[in-house]
Amino acid sequence: MQDLAIGITMGLGAIGPAIGIGMLVSKAMEAIGRNPEATNKIQTNMILGMAFAEAIAIYALVVALIIKFV
Amino acid sequence: MAGQNIHVSISAEPVFHVGSFPISNSIFTSLFVSLFLVVIASIFRFKFKSNNRPSSFQNVVEFIVESLYGFVHSITENTKKTKLFLPLIATFFLFIMLNNYVGLLPGVGPIMVKEPELHAISLAQQIHAAGLDTAEGHAKMAPLFRAATADLNTTLALAIIAVVMTQVFGVMHLGLAYFKKFFDFSSPIGFFVGILEFILEIAKIISFAFRLFGNIFAGEVLLIVMTYLVAVLVPAPFYALELFVGFIQALVFSMLSLLFFNLATKSHHDEEHHEVSEATVTAK
Repeated sequence: MQDLAIGITMGLGAIGPAIGIGMLVSKAMEAIGRNPEATNKIQTNMILGMAFAEAIAIYALVVALIIKFV
Repeated sequence: MAGQNIHVSISAEPVFHVGSFPISNSIFTSLFVSLFLVVIASIFRFKFKSNNRPSSFQNVVEFIVESLYGFVHSITENTKKTKLFLPLIATFFLFIMLNNYVGLLPGVGPIMVKEPELHAISLAQQIHAAGLDTAEGHAKMAPLFRAATADLNTTLALAIIAVVMTQVFGVMHLGLAYFKKFFDFSSPIGFFVGILEFILEIAKIISFAFRLFGNIFAGEVLLIVMTYLVAVLVPAPFYALELFVGFIQALVFSMLSLLFFNLATKSHHDEEHHEVSEATVTAK
């Protein structure tokens, strides 16, 4: 039962951030395609946005780890 | 089952006591990292020569300082602010990155010591301290070293420092008018936005702490499990991933704090337009 909870927590928790990061990176690629000179700025901000989106997945991961090991 | 031989613990275990204050393995490891940084900085301070043929050591340190300065300056665009923010941002970056990488060194994790029980008075406690009642028959062991950022205490402390310094820098630059952001009595909507801003500050602390902790701790668990499954060759790409993640998390932490510092000190004067136009003129 506990294993089920761990699996569901991590699985469901990864859906949202994955979609979010995909949208973020696709828009960034579009912007780089339109304006290749600004690649550095766009890339920096993209990495920043990705860290925010990934943090949500990390929260789900922490909950899963807590269920498993505590 | 696979989980029996793996030793993973979310909280850092105490490895010895100073008086009655328990020192956990992550505090112990971060002491070494801090010592390393202080020693490098002191050596550089006393051997620094401003000549045209720097030694390789001086070259490396100058490269680090210069890239951090350029990184901070590209976001603040203001020399005074850069000089004010650079020490803290550089410390965040170097401290977090070195602590992340220490977790990958050989010996961090496998070297174990017996967990000390401070006051094992009753017989049952003494038996438990000697480990005679556990299934494996030996005492509860804990790793001697552990990456400091894999411990929620360290990351929470770093997050609190970052958010508190945001408020301090805001007050330094804007005076007490900085707190108008939270107590906006001009309209009912403004009042609720002020409350939301307050909650946002608390959320920043939590998100900083958990982002760093989650990334590094999950990396450790991943490496332990991978090494347990296949001990040769297969963990190598995961080590590469951990190197990348360690660097990126340090960068994200410092960049985010820098952005928040910059936002907090943003005044609505025209002095920034002056600085920006000056920068574009010199860039041409």
